[in-house]
Amino acid sequence: MNSYAVHRTAAAVTTLAAASAIIFLFIHLIPGDPLYVLLGDVATPDQVDALRTKLGLDQPIVVQYFRWLANVARGDLGTSIFFQTPVLHVIRDGAETSILLASITMIWITFIGVAVGVIAAVRHGSWLDQGLSGIAMLFASVPTFWVGLYLILIFAAWLGWFPSSGYPSIFEQGGLANLRYLLLPSLALAAPNAALILRLTRASMLDVAREDYIRTARAKGIRPMRVIVRHILRNALLAVVSAFGFTFAALISEAVVTETVFALPGIGQLVVQSILRRDYPVIQGIILLTVVLYLAVNLVVDLSYRFLDPRVELA
Amino acid sequence: MLRVRDLSISIGTPTESVDIVSAVSFEIERGEILGLVGESGCGKSMTSLAVMGLLDKGGPWVRTGRAELSGFDVINSQPYQRVEAGRGGIAMIFQEPMSSLNPVMKIGDQIAEAIAVHQKTSSAKQTLKARELLEMVRIPDAAMQLGAYPHQLSGGMRQRVMIAIALACQPQVLIADEPTTALDVTVQAQILSLLRELCDTLGLSILFITHDLGVVAQLVDRVAVMYAGRVVETATVERVFAHPAHPYTEALMSCLPDRGHSKLRLTTIPGQAAKPGQVPKGCTFAPRCRYAVETCVDEAPPYATLSDDHRALCHFPRGATP
Amino acid sequence: MISVVRSLLILLKQRPIAAAGLAILVCMIAAAILAPILAPYDPSRIEPIVRLLPPSAAHWFGTDQFGRDILSRVIYGARLALLIGGGVVSFALITGVPAGVLSALYPRFGRIMMRLIYVLLSLWSLLLALGLIVILGRGVTNAILAIGVVYLTTTSRITYGLTLRLRTETYVEAATSMGAGATWTIRKHVLPNLISPLLVQASFVFAFAQLSAASLDFLGLGAPPEIPSWGNMLADGRIFITRAPWILFFPGFAIVITALSLNLVGDALRDRLDPRFRDMLNGNRR
Repeated sequence: MNSYAVHRTAAAVTTLAAASAIIFLFIHLIPGDPLYVLLGDVATPDQVDALRTKLGLDQPIVVQYFRWLANVARGDLGTSIFFQTPVLHVIRDGAETSILLASITMIWITFIGVAVGVIAAVRHGSWLDQGLSGIAMLFASVPTFWVGLYLILIFAAWLGWFPSSGYPSIFEQGGLANLRYLLLPSLALAAPNAALILRLTRASMLDVAREDYIRTARAKGIRPMRVIVRHILRNALLAVVSAFGFTFAALISEAVVTETVFALPGIGQLVVQSILRRDYPVIQGIILLTVVLYLAVNLVVDLSYRFLDPRVELA
Repeated sequence: MLRVRDLSISIGTPTESVDIVSAVSFEIERGEILGLVGESGCGKSMTSLAVMGLLDKGGPWVRTGRAELSGFDVINSQPYQRVEAGRGGIAMIFQEPMSSLNPVMKIGDQIAEAIAVHQKTSSAKQTLKARELLEMVRIPDAAMQLGAYPHQLSGGMRQRVMIAIALACQPQVLIADEPTTALDVTVQAQILSLLRELCDTLGLSILFITHDLGVVAQLVDRVAVMYAGRVVETATVERVFAHPAHPYTEALMSCLPDRGHSKLRLTTIPGQAAKPGQVPKGCTFAPRCRYAVETCVDEAPPYATLSDDHRALCHFPRGATP
Repeated sequence: MISVVRSLLILLKQRPIAAAGLAILVCMIAAAILAPILAPYDPSRIEPIVRLLPPSAAHWFGTDQFGRDILSRVIYGARLALLIGGGVVSFALITGVPAGVLSALYPRFGRIMMRLIYVLLSLWSLLLALGLIVILGRGVTNAILAIGVVYLTTTSRITYGLTLRLRTETYVEAATSMGAGATWTIRKHVLPNLISPLLVQASFVFAFAQLSAASLDFLGLGAPPEIPSWGNMLADGRIFITRAPWILFFPGFAIVITALSLNLVGDALRDRLDPRFRDMLNGNRR
């Protein structure tokens, strides 16, 4: 167990290091000077230079990179050029929205995707299966924001059941009921991903059902329900779990657009605006954190594989 | 004790179907090992799956026929239905031990699962019984192996686990579908001797399916030879080897390399077995039979009885006293 | 190559839904090519008098806030959709396949390459595209490049995996032991076997490129506003969602139908694939 875990973690860390270098370079390739964005067009060259020195942006890139790394190691992600507050604070404000949104969406994806996928597989070939597969195919082909817009139209504008935009924090007035602001966005986000998980689950179940050991299980006289759950599903989930890493990445990425559609004050919005404002520290900070998160999720998936599939050798 | 009568299995649609197994009949008595022999594709596996009730929905189905285990018809029920009705009775082991065990479940649990289906006992007793079964199939270090996963065991050991699982189903009849084909010869010998021992000590009947005549010679009591979906000869193993009655059986025997007499060429049977749906009228073996005459081509042969216990599906069985 | 086409035809006979999907795609291509003939109006013609009209006989899909005929714009939008889809697929294949094949054949170099690509992949696809756009500026070519880079990650990973698996095939070993060089092995053994899986992947990439392009357009970072694009139409029409929902419906519907047809065809093709290759394509969709 140990050598496997160590190996995987080391791989993740090196990827992180490489990623951080690339991110840094990448961002500094973005044309446009943040200082002009900040000071406006009427700034004099002296003012710009002074600010530049103050913010340490006149040093060579390599120096800037290592200074940034050193700060990160201490937990200091720098200061937002635009907000003039620590990057961590800026991120923290948007984090609650995004984390909650992502969590709720993952719940939809997991339950709807897997459960319906199992049903479709069990009723393989029937009208129900064909209908569900068709719907899944449909939802896998829709742009998230289109779903979002129509959800707004139907449920917010026409029916008025749910709010169409914004998100007051659950720590403020309203409490947990404020989660309903996240319902429509999470559904929009979940739709295409749940569809993919559904199809994957279904396909995986059908593949496993053809295996010899399922025939053995039936020969033992086990009841069909138990065969489905304990034997087929248990093995089919292996393929599905490995797709969760990708799903997570897709979620983060699509969240950007969804937050725009629903005007949610989350990280996605923040990133887009920071790019437009050339607020390097914030962009770096967010992307770094998301890379960390993504690698962590993948690491967890990798390691959990060891528990799920005893055939995975410790190599 | 297990009586199969006129079993026919078809594929296709209900309106347009073709028989892949035709009017197969045989019996196995208590404590007896019957070898079901034939080349690949002759329908022996299909027959066993049908008897077991494991034919997949949407695949080949039983058109007619009965299979009775101690008087109860088993043909149209699946194993779990039989268990629910209180009639177990048949267990099966398969050809590929590599892929016939659930890879994510400990073998002890897989055996215990079978026990739990057929007996109502506590899980502690199940574990105990599982261990006993492992010992019965001669797996060393049984207590430790209960916690092992299939991929940690060799092919021979996995096949023994399969046998243990089959025994946990408290069967009267064990169907063994080519269990040793995928194993080394030395391991094969061990498995065969294990099966023989179980048969003797437990009074277990075994339907042993194989295409390997050497195995047949070592293990079985009686033989049923299948060709193109039909049983063409049944006899005791000695008679089948010494005095085969059906020309196909005779040809099979002559294909065996003759130890001690150097032959320049190995004998083969000319031609190919007829595909289902293209079966000739008359005797199915006629196109390839060296003794075929007009009657053979025109009329389907009857079951000729040579002596009690020796039958052949032939107009002119070899060695028949006229 | 002929065998691929032949199996395609057999497949379509068996799966009518996939055939329908292909038919839709053909219609789309036809619409794109014949746009000037098919479109009843000039897509850029602004006519404030007829603004925000619901679907009617004169304007089958209604008009937008500038009085532009939506049907015409949707038809012309097919051109961009095809262009982007084709561009992205080409880019992803031209860069991804060599990267994957070479990485598999030269493991030391390959492992580094795959790590790099994995890093790129971890930088969330859409944002990668966004970032590239911001560096390069807005525009169709840049959009193709940006989205293409994202999908080159999946293409190269798949090619890498497939080539690795092919390398260990016994017939390749046999050929190498007879003295076959790398180029020959690639040409004779690797590439022909890659055609079918890559064809499947291409249809999925085409589909997802549509969705990515639409997202980019929606955020205002894709095609410039003068060019009729389905994503731009959605972005423009967003504020009129309650007053004139048809502005959003038709372009969105066009996107969905296109992506759906591609998915259907890709799915049907994939089911005909060698099961070994099928697994490689299952998780790798983004």
